[in-house]
Amino acid sequence: MKKLLLGNEALAQGAIDAGISGVYAYPGTPSTEITEYIQKSKIAQELNIHSNWSVNEKTAMEAALGMSYAGKRSLTVMKHVGLNVAADVFMNMSVSGINGGLVVVVADDPSMHSSQNEQDSRYYGKFAMIPILEPSNQQESYDITKYAFELSEKFGLPVLIRMVTRLSHSRAGVTTGERVAQNEIKLPKNARQFQLIPMHARGLYNQLIDIQPDMQAHSENSIYNKLTKGTDTSFGIITAGIAYNYLMENFDDGNCPYPVLKISQYPLPKKAVKHLFDTCEKILVLEDGYPFIEEMISDFLNENKKVIGRLTGDVPRVGELNPDNIGKALGFKVTELKEVPKIVAGRPPELCVGCGHRDLFNAVNTLGEEAKTQKVFGDIGCYALGALPPFNSINTLIDMGASITMAKGASDAGIHPAIAIIGDSTFTHSGMTGLLEAVVENTKMTVIISDNSAIAMTGAQDSSASGRLVNICKGIGVDPKHLKVLTPLHKNLDENIDLIRNEINYNGVSVIISQRPCVQLSKEKKDNIKHLLEIAIN
Amino acid sequence: MKINIILAGVGGQGILTIAAVIDTAALASNLNIKQSEVHGMSQRGGAVQSHVRISDKEVYSDLIPIGKADMIISVEPMELLRYLPFLKKDGLLVTDSNPFLNIAIYPELEKLYTEIKSYPNSLLIDAQKIAKDLGNSRATNIVLLGAASHQLPLSDESLQQAIKTLFERKGEKIVTKNLEAFNAGKEIAKEIFSQKVV
Ligand SMILES: Cc1ncc(C[n+]2csc(CCOP(=O)(O)OP(=O)(O)O)c2C)c(N)n1
Ligand code: SF4
Repeated sequence: MKKLLLGNEALAQGAIDAGISGVYAYPGTPSTEITEYIQKSKIAQELNIHSNWSVNEKTAMEAALGMSYAGKRSLTVMKHVGLNVAADVFMNMSVSGINGGLVVVVADDPSMHSSQNEQDSRYYGKFAMIPILEPSNQQESYDITKYAFELSEKFGLPVLIRMVTRLSHSRAGVTTGERVAQNEIKLPKNARQFQLIPMHARGLYNQLIDIQPDMQAHSENSIYNKLTKGTDTSFGIITAGIAYNYLMENFDDGNCPYPVLKISQYPLPKKAVKHLFDTCEKILVLEDGYPFIEEMISDFLNENKKVIGRLTGDVPRVGELNPDNIGKALGFKVTELKEVPKIVAGRPPELCVGCGHRDLFNAVNTLGEEAKTQKVFGDIGCYALGALPPFNSINTLIDMGASITMAKGASDAGIHPAIAIIGDSTFTHSGMTGLLEAVVENTKMTVIISDNSAIAMTGAQDSSASGRLVNICKGIGVDPKHLKVLTPLHKNLDENIDLIRNEINYNGVSVIISQRPCVQLSKEKKDNIKHLLEIAIN
Repeated sequence: MKINIILAGVGGQGILTIAAVIDTAALASNLNIKQSEVHGMSQRGGAVQSHVRISDKEVYSDLIPIGKADMIISVEPMELLRYLPFLKKDGLLVTDSNPFLNIAIYPELEKLYTEIKSYPNSLLIDAQKIAKDLGNSRATNIVLLGAASHQLPLSDESLQQAIKTLFERKGEKIVTKNLEAFNAGKEIAKEIFSQKVV
């Protein structure tokens, strides 16, 4: 019988069945369930497949590359902005190539349901000159993942699978197949392959260039790029990934009269695109995310006006696709029978009742006179909601770790008090290096680590920071006299205000760890954390 | 046969239990399913919805088009109305009457109820109370599912079997309580509709 799986779960099962020996990932919506599925999978446990969370996306991808170096298959998973963090290794491992199959899964978030931007990872794939796969449904998420590992080993390159929120987080029945055995350890044939000193890198880069026509040829004949003939050639339609479903939804039983080129593998197949150009009056490009294909096949001066899509305004320039905006591009009328009644109020997300971040913000908001000029540099996590009413506590929020480094730059510029508020997991993800920078110059600033002993925003995964923060800060060189721990509870409000006020007046780096477990954690986890914290203090 | 259902509520209210029962029953009946859900930021007390689509033919889109939902089942009265643009003409509305109060300005309850009742095909139910009276306040969602079940293309047996399958690991008592909740939902829907006809 079919299994009812999220796109993410289908992909994860595909990876297990492709014989991976490990998944390396840092959580991030909408990618998180891929790794969680493997963590919970009985068979993955039996097979000893590595699945613990990594500290960030860069460490994750590098570990996956290490496993590939040893000849085994590995998977690395992240959300779109996570690939920015891992971009260094990502760009370089396309030059070195891989040994055991290595698949990079990146989940994009068009419409920014849970993200800072809607960047399109296909550009990264093209940038690195590696094959990109983009499943259109749950079954393909499973099948394409197995296929991705074959492709990776065939070309000796990492392969990028691009997911989008709606596919990641939607369920359908999926038929699964046989499981391939894991690879044995087998070191690279060419001992120089993973040594990217310039003299080796130049040769390897040439190999990457030389293999491009083979990748192109493979894509031309891929079963994942399908051209369907049509009776009405006033339009030829190119769909990428999930866009295919939204297109077909507009026709009874998917009987689309136009020729359709369904793309799930890149490089973009030239022959099929050429066929559409030769036989159709206009080419409508439907793709979730940026106008990636559209830009590639449009003429620069836009003189022939043949290609239409997001760039021409026929499809909205931003935000995710859906059956309705695609229907509109096809000339169908969307009939909205009812509007949302005026009585309905907005309901934005908010911090849980009893959340420790709340008590911290209450303290930071009431520091009084001396804090009138304070600027608070926030970061990514549940506490980002402190930017909204009723708190309005945070002035900036850009990318993971930026709270500490932006506070430093602002302090250098003369802003005082400069306060950084960062979560425990974000701190170990990419706050530690920034703190070292501030310590080196003894910059006048205060770093508050809001430590809830969890990666809460993404579903309360275990944080690498738990029980380690005091020692990490000491190790980085924070003056122990200005390394303080407080408990964010309403009954402690006055003493917490005093503590923070003292530290913002200190003429150097101070760190305050605001420590109380996330209320969503199970009792078992909370007890475990208590134990960890006791060890840390002793 | 094709049916589109929107499930609505507030992050943390557990609308996905309803989805899981429908999905399980549909899968066992050899139907095609797509069910999108919300993970991430909105789960922290924000508005959440799930699109459930069932058909004997292929289901393409994971999202229901505007004006194509056969019913909206909501575990919160204001959240029900948020998705009205998706509802078909004369589509079914089923909601619990208890508000989830986590925003500064919540509409006046009476006005909200009047708006809901202005749709002839609507069921405004105190499902929380029904579930509580049965001795399992956590079965509120299943009461609502029971109330909507007469318009689902799934047999009562298949839905009841799905409830058994899903709650099995929690013990026999929980299974029984949820089956009772399902039946109580069916009863109350019958009662309300019979009064409406009169
Ligand atoms: C580069 C990057 N990776 C992952 C994410 C997804 N993400 C958003 S918040 C968050 C959790 C941060 O945890 P923590 O700092 O401990 O804060 P908490 O949510 O626990 O309050 C993660 C992983 C992201 N936005 N950017
Ligand atoms: S999940 Fe935890 S950290 Fe996030 S808002 Fe709720 S209590 Fe706070």
